[in-house]
Amino acid sequence: MGDYQFHWIIVYQALPQMLKGTFVTLHVSLLSMFLGIIIAVFLSLGKMSETRILNIIPNIWIEIARNTPALFQIYMAYFGLGAFGIHLSPYVSVLSALVFINAGYLAETFRGGFQSIPSTQLIASRSLGMTRIKAYRYVVLPQMFRRVYHPMTNQFVWSILMSSLGILVGMGELSGETQRLQSLSFRTLEFFMVAAVLYYVVTKSVLLCSELISKKIFTGDI
Amino acid sequence: MGLSLFTPLSWNDTGFILTGVLNTLYISIVAIFLGSVLGMVVGFIRSISKQSFNLFMGAFLDILRTVPLIIQLVLFSTYVGVIGWPLNPFTCGSIILSLYTMAFMSEVFRAGFESVSDSMRIASRSLGMGYWQTIRYIVLPIGMRTVFPSWIGVSLSVVKDSALVSVIGYMELLRTSDQLITRTQQPLEILLGVGLFYFIISYPLSFFGRHMERKMAI
Amino acid sequence: MIQVQGLHKSFGNLKVLKGIDLEVQKGEVVSVIGGSGSGKSTLLYCINAIEKIQKGKILVDGIDAHDKKTDKNKLRQKLGMVFQQWNSFPHLTVLENVTLAPRVVLGQTTKQAEDLAKQYLDHVGLGDKYDEYPTRMSGGQQQRLAIARTLAMKPSYMLLDEVTSALDPELVGEVLDTLRLLRKEGMTMICVTHEMAFAKEVSDRIAFVEKGIIEEIGDAHQVIENPANEKTQRFLSKVL
Repeated sequence: MGDYQFHWIIVYQALPQMLKGTFVTLHVSLLSMFLGIIIAVFLSLGKMSETRILNIIPNIWIEIARNTPALFQIYMAYFGLGAFGIHLSPYVSVLSALVFINAGYLAETFRGGFQSIPSTQLIASRSLGMTRIKAYRYVVLPQMFRRVYHPMTNQFVWSILMSSLGILVGMGELSGETQRLQSLSFRTLEFFMVAAVLYYVVTKSVLLCSELISKKIFTGDI
Repeated sequence: MGLSLFTPLSWNDTGFILTGVLNTLYISIVAIFLGSVLGMVVGFIRSISKQSFNLFMGAFLDILRTVPLIIQLVLFSTYVGVIGWPLNPFTCGSIILSLYTMAFMSEVFRAGFESVSDSMRIASRSLGMGYWQTIRYIVLPIGMRTVFPSWIGVSLSVVKDSALVSVIGYMELLRTSDQLITRTQQPLEILLGVGLFYFIISYPLSFFGRHMERKMAI
Repeated sequence: MIQVQGLHKSFGNLKVLKGIDLEVQKGEVVSVIGGSGSGKSTLLYCINAIEKIQKGKILVDGIDAHDKKTDKNKLRQKLGMVFQQWNSFPHLTVLENVTLAPRVVLGQTTKQAEDLAKQYLDHVGLGDKYDEYPTRMSGGQQQRLAIARTLAMKPSYMLLDEVTSALDPELVGEVLDTLRLLRKEGMTMICVTHEMAFAKEVSDRIAFVEKGIIEEIGDAHQVIENPANEKTQRFLSKVL
């Protein structure tokens, strides 16, 4: 370790700011999931539609989201849109990039989940006199939700990790905040080690909560 | 017309961008190769090892998967600097990106090894093949075939994640374009070009991967 | 009464039913036998209006099943359908499987629906499985669950689509016992089946279908023991 001296006291003093950064990280990734899910529903419906025209936008959206890096999306939002006179704040840039990618990935998740429910479930429900809407509401969608739940959790964790790219556009989430704080004291190692621990704790807690919730709401096996 | 600090994009920049393209491909291939080899070894060990050892190894892999890559890169490059053993950005980035890739690949390969059922192993042992022969001729070929689509998926995400190595100063594609943007102030044209490059690399492969997945599902 | 008149049904270019006429009286049990691909299952799907038809008419208690103005959901409440692959709802408990439709279709309270469901589950011999999940039960148990689920809608008719074909041989008996019970209670049933002995035992009449046409229909014992039609004879000699 050479003669490097760790100075933890500086990090300790800055802990409130780092926790604030952690909060922003959670905030932006939760919001990106929420908006991403809403858009993904429409994208997957469009993609599954038999009308060709409705497939076009979902296809383009999904393929771009899946095949370009998140950092590229963030740069597009932050620098690229400037060409159209649109200047987004770091927060909005990162948020919109995450929403764009989440929507693309979740759209495919939803489509896969939906198509994995056998059509006989719908037929059986209809044969009991349920309307199409009731059959979806009570039989098809609850089963689909179980299948997309874990991929959704993974996407949420991915959002948390990728929001760390905010560091590159000066956003005040955990990484960006850590970067700012270490630049005041140059205790890079200490600050980033604490940031790593915070990320670990946050993602592990999210995974744990998700597991507990799924145990609670998903009874029976599928 | 006043004098401008900025000069527009010109053909002379092609070489510069091309360096970025090649560097992105270079570090991605290194990381995918090392990550796959290490991941295969770790995945194999995990698929045959006891619970307690697995827990220990799982915890280490978990850290690689739950700490953002960018934080790992900054921490590692700072650390090697601090202990007086500084590495160039490429070496530093390759090491971390390979470990990161290994963490995901090990799960892919583990699932592959575990997908080969015991009955198939027993069948091959009953034919008189030894343990390693069974691995070599039965488990590996079958397991590799099943993991191929996921392997493509992880590999593609490595190509995309390699963009983050720019943060420790490696001149990959996004960093070169970032510098061009600063000089030319033409972000949209440059970024669209960059996006197109990633798309051209990634789309055919992901299409192929999904095609294979469908084919094997039947 | 269910009346099928001159029914034609095709999937694309493939003609599956080519003019079916059939009348099933209230309280009657009619079995439909025939080789695979003969179109006998399709007939049930058409009666239930799950499949559209091209020509002909299907009347259920005088209501045209395929008229645009007919409320198909109301119609299907009258026609209980049980499937080859039982199609139990895997995310619901046994009890919830049975109470779902009475609650959301008939608007029964949970209490009402549960009381009724327990009655039917006891009836088919699943009295000790209320809180079990279907995927943890045997195929025979799941099929009996499907029957209870259908009965809870108090249908006037039961359409049974090869309900024992997907079951392991040792589980067939328990499902047939349940059907015998229904028969004794006077339920009107149309059974598409491969079980010739069972068909002979419980049916009033048996119809033999080949290539989308009813080749022979008549008294159950007569059709099985003494078929008049040459095609029926050939079919029976193969399966018996």
